[in-house]
Amino acid sequence: MSTVTALRSDKLWQQFAVAIPYLWLLIFFLAPFAIILKISLADPIIAQPPFTPFVDDDGGISATADNYKFLLTDKLYAVTYLKSVFMAAVATLFCLALGFPMAYGIARAGESTRNLLLLLIILPFWISFLLRVYAWMGLLNNYGVINNVLMWLQLIDKPIGFMYTDFAIYIGLVYSYLPFMVLPLYATLERMDLDLVEAAQDLGAHPSQAFWDVTWPLARPGVIAGCLLVFIPAMGEYVIPYLLGGPESLLIGRVLFDEFFVNRDWPLASAVAIVLLLLLVVPIVFLQRSQARDAEGAA
Amino acid sequence: MTGDNKGNGPFIEIQDVSKYFGDFAAVDSVSLAIQKGELFSILGGSGCGKTTLLRMLAGFETPTKGRIFIDGVDVTEQPPYERPVNMMFQSYAIFPHMTVEKNVAYGLEKDRVARDEITRRVDDILKLVQLETFAKRKPDQLSGGQRQRVALARALVKRPKVLLLDEPLAALDKKLREHTQFELMSIQDKLGITFVVVTHDQEEAMILSSRIAVMDRGRFMQVGTPKEVYEYPTSRFVADFIGTINMFEGTIVDIDGERVRINCEETASDLSALSEDPPKRGSTVCVAVRPEKIFISQNEPENTEDIRLSGVVEDLGYFGNLSLYRIRLPGGKIVQVSAQNRRRSAERFLEWNDEVFISWRPRSSVILVD
Repeated sequence: MSTVTALRSDKLWQQFAVAIPYLWLLIFFLAPFAIILKISLADPIIAQPPFTPFVDDDGGISATADNYKFLLTDKLYAVTYLKSVFMAAVATLFCLALGFPMAYGIARAGESTRNLLLLLIILPFWISFLLRVYAWMGLLNNYGVINNVLMWLQLIDKPIGFMYTDFAIYIGLVYSYLPFMVLPLYATLERMDLDLVEAAQDLGAHPSQAFWDVTWPLARPGVIAGCLLVFIPAMGEYVIPYLLGGPESLLIGRVLFDEFFVNRDWPLASAVAIVLLLLLVVPIVFLQRSQARDAEGAA
Repeated sequence: MTGDNKGNGPFIEIQDVSKYFGDFAAVDSVSLAIQKGELFSILGGSGCGKTTLLRMLAGFETPTKGRIFIDGVDVTEQPPYERPVNMMFQSYAIFPHMTVEKNVAYGLEKDRVARDEITRRVDDILKLVQLETFAKRKPDQLSGGQRQRVALARALVKRPKVLLLDEPLAALDKKLREHTQFELMSIQDKLGITFVVVTHDQEEAMILSSRIAVMDRGRFMQVGTPKEVYEYPTSRFVADFIGTINMFEGTIVDIDGERVRINCEETASDLSALSEDPPKRGSTVCVAVRPEKIFISQNEPENTEDIRLSGVVEDLGYFGNLSLYRIRLPGGKIVQVSAQNRRRSAERFLEWNDEVFISWRPRSSVILVD
């Protein structure tokens, strides 16, 4: 009898534990998403709040696709979306190219060095993100540290205009998101059996071949996780392009901000946000499919 | 030295090889010659340097000193991917993201063997290890024994001159081990490839090998056939490491040709033993005799040539086919004796605290100095 109740309460706890993340998603993701979706289907008005209600005075539903149509017709938005995808993708590739050797080195280092290196990777998080981006302004501007050093070394005779360029945005993105690439990569590489690489070499593979045949495919889950963790926030990044980029480097995060706070066109801003989300969902679903396929193949 | 000794000279030659990690000598001035087609075992406890030696043969470590030749070619500086040697890892190191077939084909692909020949050779080798129906499986769908055979097939398919096996049976359960031991021997016999096995399991080494090198602290203690190493150990370490042995400390008091008399405090009487090349009179030695070489009886044995001691059964263990006895001599020394249970209750079984006589022939013991 008591075992039955114990089992039942176990099960209850289990369901409770599973329910928490779902509840979290429901309250903090799905509900706000529904609200944004609703606003994106409204017309802007000068009122408080600044959009037409979803259910009008006569009890009918008032919804319009005008905002989405506008996004499609005005070329600015398409260009901005594409540019954001492109910049986020390039930043992700740079993070991968830098992060993989870093993660590999950390995973293969001795235990004490490994912990120190991991600490160094995480250390920047102790300083506010905003401050770190400001610090880059100090480094990159015309009278900043980099230009001063280069001029003192007489490599250049007038400052290089790093600031307010795409280059500065890339620096900011790669610098800020590199830890999100390194950590998941480290986790997969650290677990990998070194015998596998030796076995490949023993069977006639040059070390570089062994890397592509064994290390790389086995590191794939880490690569995918790292790329998503970098690409997604980089895509919607607002602070870095705002502080480091020029007025012409218009990214979608910036547009979103301007529509909300400068133009006070909440419905259009909501539509921008919804499309951004859809653009992000596509690569995630695609990558998860491929991961599921891998898992299936292994099972 | 290149290629001029093919056929007659040793197939693998290790010349005065040492490997230092910092100040620590993992392998310390080791020399060894292995003939073609041998199944050679390197036997030792953990940290004795056997794995380091194997890794130097595979090319994963470079000797600090000395040379290694395989089939007359100096391979000391050759990287692993250029050596005519393949290794079966203790962990098996099967690529988890490839099917059985792909795992086995990997080495041939790296050698750029033609597609259809790869298919044929992979099929053949999978048949040899009885895995032909598992070709399309992924490694995590295989049992431990099957994984072991994938690792073996993958290492054999390239027809290496030498196959290195690192603890090949350690991960298998007892029944499977016994079966696999004989399978390994028959495969080795069929293919004629020289096998070098590293193991900590003396039983495994005894059954598998044509010769054994017993290793301790980076050095070879003895190299010989399993029989030589078991019956004629040359040092206390080897005698003790392989099987069980009783050792009696004593001093040589008399030498008469081959016959040596040793005064031993632990037995209260002198022990006699035979030695072709006995140490000097007065030297401290150790008489070693295996438990199965000792007879046990309740009646005093008649043969006066034999060493005869009396004692009390301190402990006994019944194993079905044989019984193990621990006999306490009057001085307190414990002697281990094993006896085959040949007859069923023909004699009364020995019990705890029974007074017994133990005896062995002088020829059955060895004299150890080191």
